[in-house]
Amino acid sequence: MFALLDQIFVLLKHSLVGYFPVWMQPVVSVLISVVVIICLFPALFALTTVLERKGLARIQNRIGPNRTGPFGILQPVADGIKSLTKEDIVPSSADGAVHFLAPIVLVVAVFMGFAVLPMGRNMTLVQMDAGLLFFFAIGASTELSVFMAGWSSRNKYSLLGAMRAVAQMISYEVPLLMSSVAVVMITGSLSLGKIVEAQNHYTWGLPHWYIFTPWGLAGFVMYAIAATAETNRSPFDLPEGESELVAGYHTEYSGFKFALFFLGEYLAMFSISGLGTTLFLGGWSAPLEALNWVPSWFWFFSKLMLSICVFIWLRGTLPRLRQDQLMNFAWKFVLPYTLLILMVTALWRFLGPGWQQWVYCSAILIFAYIAMARTGLRRGHIGPRKYRYAE
Amino acid sequence: MLGEGILKGLAETAKNFAGSFFSAERLTTVEYPEDRIAPIEAARVFPILIYDGLDWEAGLRCVACQICEKECPPKCIFIEKSKDKKPDVLGKPQFYPAAFDIDISVCMSCQICVEVCPFEAIKMDTVYELSTEDRFEGLLLDRRQLARPNRYYQQIHPTEAGVVDARLAADKVKSDAKAKAASDATAAKAAAAPAAQNSPKPGEGN
Repeated sequence: MFALLDQIFVLLKHSLVGYFPVWMQPVVSVLISVVVIICLFPALFALTTVLERKGLARIQNRIGPNRTGPFGILQPVADGIKSLTKEDIVPSSADGAVHFLAPIVLVVAVFMGFAVLPMGRNMTLVQMDAGLLFFFAIGASTELSVFMAGWSSRNKYSLLGAMRAVAQMISYEVPLLMSSVAVVMITGSLSLGKIVEAQNHYTWGLPHWYIFTPWGLAGFVMYAIAATAETNRSPFDLPEGESELVAGYHTEYSGFKFALFFLGEYLAMFSISGLGTTLFLGGWSAPLEALNWVPSWFWFFSKLMLSICVFIWLRGTLPRLRQDQLMNFAWKFVLPYTLLILMVTALWRFLGPGWQQWVYCSAILIFAYIAMARTGLRRGHIGPRKYRYAE
Repeated sequence: MLGEGILKGLAETAKNFAGSFFSAERLTTVEYPEDRIAPIEAARVFPILIYDGLDWEAGLRCVACQICEKECPPKCIFIEKSKDKKPDVLGKPQFYPAAFDIDISVCMSCQICVEVCPFEAIKMDTVYELSTEDRFEGLLLDRRQLARPNRYYQQIHPTEAGVVDARLAADKVKSDAKAKAASDATAAKAAAAPAAQNSPKPGEGN
């Protein structure tokens, strides 16, 4: 019964595919999965926008949207209708073709990332041996669309926003990759399915997720920081800082193209949270052995939504960084620390199971964190800027 | 320590998030069309003209002295002085406004007209739901639309109206006494006049 519930979507798809002739079956199978992904994640996006607005409102002791539908849950419908009926303005000096293509490229690239994410047991669209590599290769092309948008708009704010976005995304792409490489070193595979399988076993009823190891916890924190910057979320929302740059690279977009950018941004958040879940939080595996009967897809999506809630929480808490703080933090703290995590992961592997690996790895990581934070703060590489003349 | 401040901030926002569900004093939002806050006595929106008695036209305190029109910074008041005079509350013949218009799309609610008025004739209203479909005619209020009974003024600004009413009553007593003294003096003079003039003038004597 529970096994059936776990595999219900897989079985449903198989029975649907069975109605088609054999030569069509592979194509139909992929098409069904794609349609489901294309419908599911925008629906989740709609849910997240209202969740975010309500959550931020509560953080600021407000009520939040509550006019459309019960508790305001129909707000995204109203927003969607609004953005569809708005005029689509293209600046007369803009590069029309590129301006039109940019949001499409963004959304397509972001959707491609979902192809390799294991969303449940046997629920991966493409079982790719180098799924992680594919994910990052596709993810890097979102930078292209951001720059296309900024450049083609012919607006200085757009261009500045795009420049900031590209600089930031490239800077944080490196620690993002590095922290994932640690997982690959332990698992020995780039396949996301295998990474989940490697975490899906239990001792004393507790899971072997990578976040419960010293290098995994440190890696997860670095991954979360880099992922926040990669998706342009607050406190790393410089590329679209509305108080500085109007709206950054999508200043000149209105109507449905703007909605596409908005969608792409949230989808990127989902896909990067999904990857973080897969790499460090055990993907679709249950948090306790006793809870294994709950469907695997439920665990994947609850972990996903949990990370989205953390994103929202961070956005409600932290003010925006300055460009130099952002760059210093990436290159002088996050990157060296992720490199250290790689070393510690190698040490973990080399020491083998036992108490030594826990003690040594934790000690190195904690000591390095304290030492780097101290020196960084003293030299002014991270933390508040010291003004030499104006004080 | 690096990251300590972030954790503190996260704890603070979490406290706000959870607190807003439980404590009513955190959640200060008034959901306006359904809920309203109690009227505030010192609130001021746009000017109104006060009248005494029941007939708005006869009771208007305004004597068309045009001080408010001249003092109004955005020049939103238009007054047309009457040709004739009619008695005011004190019985003194005064001019009255033949037209008194305020363009509330121009008015900036500065209350200067109220401060300069020597006759307590113009006061500030507290009604703020004044939206209209016609942004020209709908926002240009004439004296009929501006007239409010003194009773209404007492209701919206009780403290201020008490002071004003006391002052006006004192003025009335004073002017009555003066009028009485004047009439007494005339009567005495009339009595003291020689009784030889026994033939009354036309129009008198009834």
